[in-house]
Amino acid sequence: MSDKLNNFIKNLDVSAAKFQQMAAERLGNLDFPTTKDEYWKYTRLGKLTKLELSKSADPDRLNLTKHIISNDYLVVVNGFIREDLSQYSKLDFEIDFLGSDRMSEEAYFDKGLNKKDVFSSMNSAFFEKVISIKIGASKINEGPLQIIYVSKGDHIISNTRLYIESGKSSQSEIIQTFIEKESTNSFTNHVTEVYVSENAHLRINKAQLEDDTNSLITTEQIHQEKNSVFKINTVTLSGALVRNNINIAVAGQNCETHMNGAIVTKNNETIDNHTFVDHRVSNCVSHENYKYVLGGKSTGVFNGRVVVQKDAQVINAYQKNDNILLSDFAKINSKPELEIYADDVKCSHGSTTGQLDEDAIFYLQTRGIAEDNAKKLLVRAFVGEVIESFENEHFEKYINTQLELIHGWKN
Amino acid sequence: MSKTLLDIKNLHAEIEEEGKAILKGLNLTVKAGEVHAIMGPNGAGKSTLASVVSGKDGYEVTDGTVEMDGADILELDPDERAKEGLFLAFQYPVEIPGVSNINFLRTALNEIKEYRQEEPISAKDFMAMVREKSALVDLDAKLASRSVNEGFSGGEKKRNEIFQMAMLEPKVAILDETDSGLDIDALRIVAAGVNKLKNENNAVILITHYQRLLDYIVPDFVHVLADGQIVKTGDKSLALELEEKGYDWLN
Repeated sequence: MSDKLNNFIKNLDVSAAKFQQMAAERLGNLDFPTTKDEYWKYTRLGKLTKLELSKSADPDRLNLTKHIISNDYLVVVNGFIREDLSQYSKLDFEIDFLGSDRMSEEAYFDKGLNKKDVFSSMNSAFFEKVISIKIGASKINEGPLQIIYVSKGDHIISNTRLYIESGKSSQSEIIQTFIEKESTNSFTNHVTEVYVSENAHLRINKAQLEDDTNSLITTEQIHQEKNSVFKINTVTLSGALVRNNINIAVAGQNCETHMNGAIVTKNNETIDNHTFVDHRVSNCVSHENYKYVLGGKSTGVFNGRVVVQKDAQVINAYQKNDNILLSDFAKINSKPELEIYADDVKCSHGSTTGQLDEDAIFYLQTRGIAEDNAKKLLVRAFVGEVIESFENEHFEKYINTQLELIHGWKN
Repeated sequence: MSKTLLDIKNLHAEIEEEGKAILKGLNLTVKAGEVHAIMGPNGAGKSTLASVVSGKDGYEVTDGTVEMDGADILELDPDERAKEGLFLAFQYPVEIPGVSNINFLRTALNEIKEYRQEEPISAKDFMAMVREKSALVDLDAKLASRSVNEGFSGGEKKRNEIFQMAMLEPKVAILDETDSGLDIDALRIVAAGVNKLKNENNAVILITHYQRLLDYIVPDFVHVLADGQIVKTGDKSLALELEEKGYDWLN
């Protein structure tokens, strides 16, 4: 293990569980990626790796009213599940909090993760308990389940783990909100594993609202069975370094996969989205749309990888990444990566980067709208397409409120 | 005697980047209740006049004054000029995808009301106003709620400009070639809308190439703008003369 990595985790103890012991051992042979690694080319980890972090369960009562947008919600503070702050009915979702021993009995747990990835390996070694959510076969859940991840305090590391199995022909939505309460210089290392069974519909709406000194890395490993529909929407409005790795294995025919992202920054944020759709079989559709609005000295990274395997015919894969730079110092690195080994496929990608339309700003001004508000209207319209894809008015309202709080946007 | 709403004195302006003088000592006084037509050959400075008065970036005023209702507006931002009661109907209305026509108008209207220290308009009153004013220019209610000008035909865009003018109730409206490219039916609708909106308290400035518009909106004054100055002023018969003879005889 490198000194840097060793130093990073020096305050963490590994449990006695075999699964976590093995993960820690694996971690010993790994190191933090550098910009020489293809998938970390544009993102330096210095902001994160120089932090001195430790684990801390925080027992305080927290007022989360403003962040609760569902009847059923779970609260996780600094990586510890807080049942006392949570509220949910067991009728809709089968929810359990399990250690690695129990989770290891699950057929799909940990199977899809890249064992050479330092962050998911670190997560495996150090998570407290896994939130396991099962959605029964044919279960239709009208309301979503929300999981609120809170960072509280300074120099805290949280390794949070979520496991979702959506049963055959079920339909559900999961909301994940990553927030902070008086927290600085902290790090959340999150892993979500999802198994979408045959004919199931699952939607994940994620809001990432970390402090501008806090970092967040998420790894999402998704497996889709035939006739299933999976959607994941990611909204990032703050954070020092935020990296989302979404890996989707489409293993059954006739699947639909949707990924959308809205990123809005104003300071020194680095927001990096790496997505990977692996079309292993024929007759599937994937659709991706990421929009960045970058202000201040922030940096955006978008890397959209699509692989169409040799015998995966009649695939429609669309990818779009549009960016607006609000300042001369903001930066975007946008990279599509299409690897197509089949011959009967339709794949397209497009990336645009520009500034706000001066003529449109002037037009709005001549109607009596001040320049700042005109810009906000235009930016709001730009990300509007992504906001419409949430398909949840409470989540939409929440994001609009946060846009107003964090970025001063009015509706 | 009616009040002077817009008073332009000795206005000199140039294009910032090129330093090229376009307006060279322009004078124009517009009083409440009046309709003025400004005609002139291409390149005379007609659209520059509209841009400078409304405060568009890229022009520098090197001399002269522009006063609205007695107050200097040259130092104001475009939105502040609008809040003081100026309106510009664009020659080429801008398409703004994702911004709904009525949402932005409500934002605009309430910003103007806030500036004037008035109460914001309620959703109900606003919708009633939208219905009333869109009927004025025969604008489909569906267009009113779509993205600003996106996918509108040329005629629809111009009707939308007049609809916005009706919603914002300006003191001085400058219509920059609103008639260009319109077929006769659309022209009649636009003109009828403007006629219904003009009253003894406001004023309209029509910038146009064609006398045809003036058959429908009858001006009190017709000005000829050539080489950055008003070179001749007359009544509506001047427009007919210009249509017949062109501009060369003026030199």
